[in-house]
Amino acid sequence: MSEDKSVKMNFEVIGEDFDRAGEASAKIKRMLQHIGIPAEIIRRIAIGTYEAEINVIIHAGGGEVEAEIFPEYTKVIISDHGPGIPDINLALQEGYSTAPDYVRQMGFGAGMGLPNMVNCSDKFDIQSTVGEGTTITMEFKHNS
Amino acid sequence: MSVTGYLHSVKINKANCRGCVACVKTCPTDAIRVRNGKAEIIENRCIDCGECIRNCIYHAAVAETDKVSGLEQYEYNVVLPAPSLYAQFPADVSTEIIWQGLHALGFDEIFDVALASEYISLEIEKIVTDPNNKRKPMISSTCPAVLRLIQVKFPELIPQIVPVLPPAEASAIYIKKQLVSKLNIPEEKIGVWFISPCPSKGTNIRQSVDVLKTEITGSFSVSEVYGKILKNLGKESALEQKVTTASSYGMGWGGYGGEIRSAGLKNAIAVHGIKDVYDVLEQISLNKMPNLDYVECSACEGGCIGGALAAENRFVAETNLKQRIVKMRTSEPATRKETLETTMVCEDFPTSSKYIKKLLPRPMMQLDDDIVEAMKKFEQMEEVLRALPGLDCGACGAPSCQCLAEDIVQGKANEIDCIFKLRSSVRKLAHGMVELSKQIPIAAENDDFDLENELTNSNAGGEEDEG
Repeated sequence: MSEDKSVKMNFEVIGEDFDRAGEASAKIKRMLQHIGIPAEIIRRIAIGTYEAEINVIIHAGGGEVEAEIFPEYTKVIISDHGPGIPDINLALQEGYSTAPDYVRQMGFGAGMGLPNMVNCSDKFDIQSTVGEGTTITMEFKHNS
Repeated sequence: MSVTGYLHSVKINKANCRGCVACVKTCPTDAIRVRNGKAEIIENRCIDCGECIRNCIYHAAVAETDKVSGLEQYEYNVVLPAPSLYAQFPADVSTEIIWQGLHALGFDEIFDVALASEYISLEIEKIVTDPNNKRKPMISSTCPAVLRLIQVKFPELIPQIVPVLPPAEASAIYIKKQLVSKLNIPEEKIGVWFISPCPSKGTNIRQSVDVLKTEITGSFSVSEVYGKILKNLGKESALEQKVTTASSYGMGWGGYGGEIRSAGLKNAIAVHGIKDVYDVLEQISLNKMPNLDYVECSACEGGCIGGALAAENRFVAETNLKQRIVKMRTSEPATRKETLETTMVCEDFPTSSKYIKKLLPRPMMQLDDDIVEAMKKFEQMEEVLRALPGLDCGACGAPSCQCLAEDIVQGKANEIDCIFKLRSSVRKLAHGMVELSKQIPIAAENDDFDLENELTNSNAGGEEDEG
C-alpha cells in the first residue's frame, strides 16, 4: 500500500448560510462511505466536521473545509479568516461558551463544540490569531 | 461481517414494465436501474420498503407473498391479524366480525398481533427508560424496512436499535407453543400466517434480519385478504374460539405514534415516511438529538396502515383506526397501566432476548474491497461526474448523474448512456466527418473538382426532389 496515496476534497463554507449548513460534512461522509471506511469512524469524522463547519458558519463569516483521506487515516482541516479565539485553552474547556446565559438556556451554545471535536478525533490541533482567523486540524485513524 | 445472499420479496414483472424511471427515481437506496428497457433491482441494495410498488402506474413492481391455498398443507392454521388489517374497515365493523371473516377463509384459530404489541411495548419502555443508556435516542425496531435502511445506509446506528421482537413474531412463538401442548400435534403441522400491510414484513419472514428462527409459516398481503373478508362479512361463521382482544394501546401500533403511546414514553418522537426516516437517521448519526429518548420510525407515511400492500387509502385507514381507538377507549380503565393489566393475561409470553439476533451491517456504497483501489475509483468517479450534466434526468436508467458515475467506474454503464453525452459525441462525430470530407485526397485535387460546390448542388437537388 503506497503511503502517499490520498484523495482530497475541498469545500467552501459560506458564513451565516444555514441552508447549506452540513453540506460539507455530508459530502465528506459520502466520500468515506464510497472508500469503505468503517461506519463508526465515519460517524466520528462526520460529527467532528459538522461541529467545526457550524462554528465557521456562525462565528467566522465563512471559510474552507479540506478533507484528505489516506489509507490509514483521514485528515480534516477547517480554516477561516474570522475573529479568532483569544484564549484557546479556555475555549477548549467543556461548558465554556461565548453565548450569553439566556441563549444557553434555550439549548444553544452549550460550550461543547471544541471539546466534542477533541473527543471525536484521534489528533487535534488548533491555531488561532485574533483578527486573522482560526485553523483546526483533526485526524482520525481508520482502525481505532 | 456483513450479510450476503440477500432474499427479498419486491420483484419487477417485466411484462408490465415500460422502462419509465418512476421507480428508479423514488427508490430511497438507489437500488433500481433501467437496463434494456426494463427496470432491474440491485438485490443487495433493496430494503423492501415498497416505494417502487407505490409509484409504479403500470403495476410492474410487485411483492411476492403467499397464497391462501397454502393452508391446505397444514393440519391446523392460525392467522395473525394486525391493527393495519382492522384499519381497512370502518370502526363499526367489530374485530369479532373481521375474525369471523378470517375463520370463513379457512383459519382455525386467531391470535391478535395487537396483543403481542402490548408486551413488546413494555419491553421497549423498560429498555428506553434505562438510565444507563449510553447513546440516545434509541430507535424502534418494528419496521423491517427501517432496519434494512439502517443496515445499508446507517450501520453506525445499529447499537441504538431497541432489541425487541417484531410483535407478529412474538405472537407466532407464543401461539405455536400453546397449540403444540393443547392440540397434541407436531409443530410442523401447524401453519402460522401473518397478514402483512407491506413487503418488508413479508421479507422479514423469509429471511429475518433480527429474528433467530422465524415461527411464521408465510404471509398474505392485506389487499389479498381484504376482499375475501369483505365478501364474507355478516355471513354465519362457526368461530368458537374466544379471541383475546388487545386494548386501544396495542391497536394504536397500526398508525404512527402508536408505539410511543403504548410504551408510555414522554420524550419521544414518531417519524413516518421513508424520506423523513432517512432525514432523522442522518440527524441522529450527527448526534444532533442526544437528549431525546426514543424515535419511532416507520418507512410508510401514516405508519403500517400506509403500507404498500394495504387495500384502503391511508387517510381512510387512519380515520378508521382513530375512530376504532376512541371507541375502545370508552370502555377501558383510565390509565395505560390499568388498561394493559386487563389485556395482558397470557401465561409465559415470550421475552425478546431469547429469540433475537444482532443486526449486521450491509454497507453498499463501498467502491472496492481494497481501500487504495476504492480511493482510485472514487477519484475516477468524481472526474466522470464532473463531465456529466448534473440534471439527474434519469434517461440513462440510473436515478442521478452521481449513480451513473458510480456505475461507470464499476464497469456497469457507459458514459454515452447519458443522452447528453451521446448527443455531444454524435455532434463531434458529425463535425469530424465534415472536416474529414473537406480533406481532399491529393489524387482528386484538380480544378475540375470543387467539393463545396458538389455539396451545395447535391443538397439543392435533394430539396427539389422533395418539392
